[in-house]
Amino acid sequence: MDDKLILGGHEFTSRFILGSGKYSLDLIKAAVENAGAQIITLALRRANSGGAANILDYIPEGVTLLPNTSGARNAEEAVRIARLSRELGCGDFVKIEVIRDSKYLLPDNYETIKATEILAKEGFVVLPYMYPDLNAARDLVNAGAAAVMPLAAPIGTNRGLCTRDFIKILIDEIDLPIIVDAGIGKPSQACEVMEMGAAAVMANTAIATAGNIPAMAEAFRKAIEAGRTAYLAKTGRVRETASASSPLTGFLHD
Amino acid sequence: MAIICGKSVPEADGKKLSEYIVSAGYNAGRIAVEYNGEILPKADYDKTVIASSDDIEIVEFMGGG
Amino acid sequence: MSRINHMQYLEGMENIGSEIQDKVITAMNGYDPEKFTAADVRNALDSDICTPENYMALLSPAAEPFLEEMAEKAMKERMKHFGNSVYMFTPLYIANYCENQCVYCGFNCKNKIKRARLNAEEIEKEMQAISASGLQEILILTGESRKYSDVEYIGEACKIASKYFRVVGLEVYPMNSDEYKYLRECGADFVTVFQETYNSDKYEQLHLGGHKRIFPYRINAQERAIMGGMRGVGFAALLGLDDFRKDAFAAGYHAHLIQKKHPHAEIAMSCPRLRPTKADETINPRDVGERQLLQVICAYRIFLPYASITISTRECERFRNNVIKLAATKISAGVNVGIGEHSDSADKGDEQFEISDPRTVSEVYKAIEEMGLQPVMHDYIYV
Repeated sequence: MDDKLILGGHEFTSRFILGSGKYSLDLIKAAVENAGAQIITLALRRANSGGAANILDYIPEGVTLLPNTSGARNAEEAVRIARLSRELGCGDFVKIEVIRDSKYLLPDNYETIKATEILAKEGFVVLPYMYPDLNAARDLVNAGAAAVMPLAAPIGTNRGLCTRDFIKILIDEIDLPIIVDAGIGKPSQACEVMEMGAAAVMANTAIATAGNIPAMAEAFRKAIEAGRTAYLAKTGRVRETASASSPLTGFLHD
Repeated sequence: MAIICGKSVPEADGKKLSEYIVSAGYNAGRIAVEYNGEILPKADYDKTVIASSDDIEIVEFMGGG
Repeated sequence: MSRINHMQYLEGMENIGSEIQDKVITAMNGYDPEKFTAADVRNALDSDICTPENYMALLSPAAEPFLEEMAEKAMKERMKHFGNSVYMFTPLYIANYCENQCVYCGFNCKNKIKRARLNAEEIEKEMQAISASGLQEILILTGESRKYSDVEYIGEACKIASKYFRVVGLEVYPMNSDEYKYLRECGADFVTVFQETYNSDKYEQLHLGGHKRIFPYRINAQERAIMGGMRGVGFAALLGLDDFRKDAFAAGYHAHLIQKKHPHAEIAMSCPRLRPTKADETINPRDVGERQLLQVICAYRIFLPYASITISTRECERFRNNVIKLAATKISAGVNVGIGEHSDSADKGDEQFEISDPRTVSEVYKAIEEMGLQPVMHDYIYV
């Protein structure tokens, strides 16, 4: 099928980006495989000494690594983390996550725009995580982002599409792929956002905290595919109004 | 005393970075090093001798959303 | 006789690149109105968001049987974005000298018409008379003549206009962004440039001489105006010069791309049809009857729900009264398209075209009220 997700010139056939947090390492492989995910996010932290297991050993080959800048509270820290991540040899992708609110974990759009501009100039494929604001999204486009990642609800809340209407505005007005990230709790929500026209979905908590992780990953995969297929088939809409009784165009002489 | 990952590590002073990495049990292929605020290329691990004034961060990937 | 290359900028013409121009022309060339079906039109009418593809369907022949539904959808959008407001203004031609040789226009430099240019005192007298009628928005027009209606002359007219009107529009020859900046400082708010036709081959046949012959300079005028700080820009194709469906598509798509790139700019559409002029009374709109014109206006409204749409005095009272309810949001009144006719001065200069609706400002005002709509004289103040 010719329906590819293109990010920074790289092509993907899966529209499901998996987060890797909150799992036991041994379940990651099954999750990635059942999700059919081709992109997985990672965080950068101080290394464990003493030969502890590294997550990279559990991620199947061929999956694109998407380091995020979680922990950064401003653009400068995000840039630093991004450069260190690239040094680890994972490629040029980076998800910018700048959060200085530890209660709701809402992203700081302004610092995110600043970091995007710096990193895009350094050749990174920048995927910025943001609060859905059309003006900020336009600034991100101008700053060189490869996609825009608006949140659906605060991280980890599984509250679904709280920002549905504002995501729709971004889908309608922004020419970059819109990847909905954070807050999606159920496969049906992932399906709905794909039906609206989102380019991809990122999910973590919903899968990592499920009773059966591989099964939930698979459910999300199917839901995302279903939503995308429906979007491409162009859902018909129900007409809400009947025709006017007296014609509006009766005045024409021709 | 050199500070590594936020902790004072007296036994690291004078060691080559590449040696320290091995002795501390890090997997060189899975880490990145920030040496006094600058990213240190892997090729320089063997040339760098840890000084007592150094501030070193060693980072790796972990699971994260 | 060989004519100058219509695609090549002349010396002194600012070239800002052709990004939007290229997109518009490519999209228009790829638009085959005959290929669209009733199903495509149905789909366009049922969609919440009108994509460029939907817009093409609404302009196609397949949409003609759906005109009543298009009018309904257009009216809904009009109400949503503008409520009952109908903006009133009038055009003021301050000079009709022109160096261009446009085959279809009354001001064609080859036409033997009475040429005139109002001086500052005469301009002020005209504007006083217009202002006394209650209008707060004026549209200043000239032919294209850097000799007789140079930029400073237009600037002086804007300064005078700022004394009497709260909104000053310009429909004059395309200029460079620094010149637009100067005019903005003199008090101009909006700039309208009719592309006439977006088909560059047809354009070349119709504009035989003068600066207007240069196609890319004209098509990029709106963007230069925005670069010069103008608050908004207006677009139009003169329907009937070429394939009116393709031209209407290009005009609307051009506006759409400008709006995307400059989200703060206000967008306006006009929808002129060819009308008889003194020079050539055989010009008549072959394809653009009232049904087709309404189709275009409704398509503009559906594709650009936030844009102002002006219905000109080229159309008759009956058509104008009805279309402001359905889709148009701006209407002129008390119109005289000759030079110097608003005040007592005798008819100094000949007009560009014949008008079909000679109603005064108070007549139009009353007609709008009787339709259940609200006439608005202006919606902006400078602080």
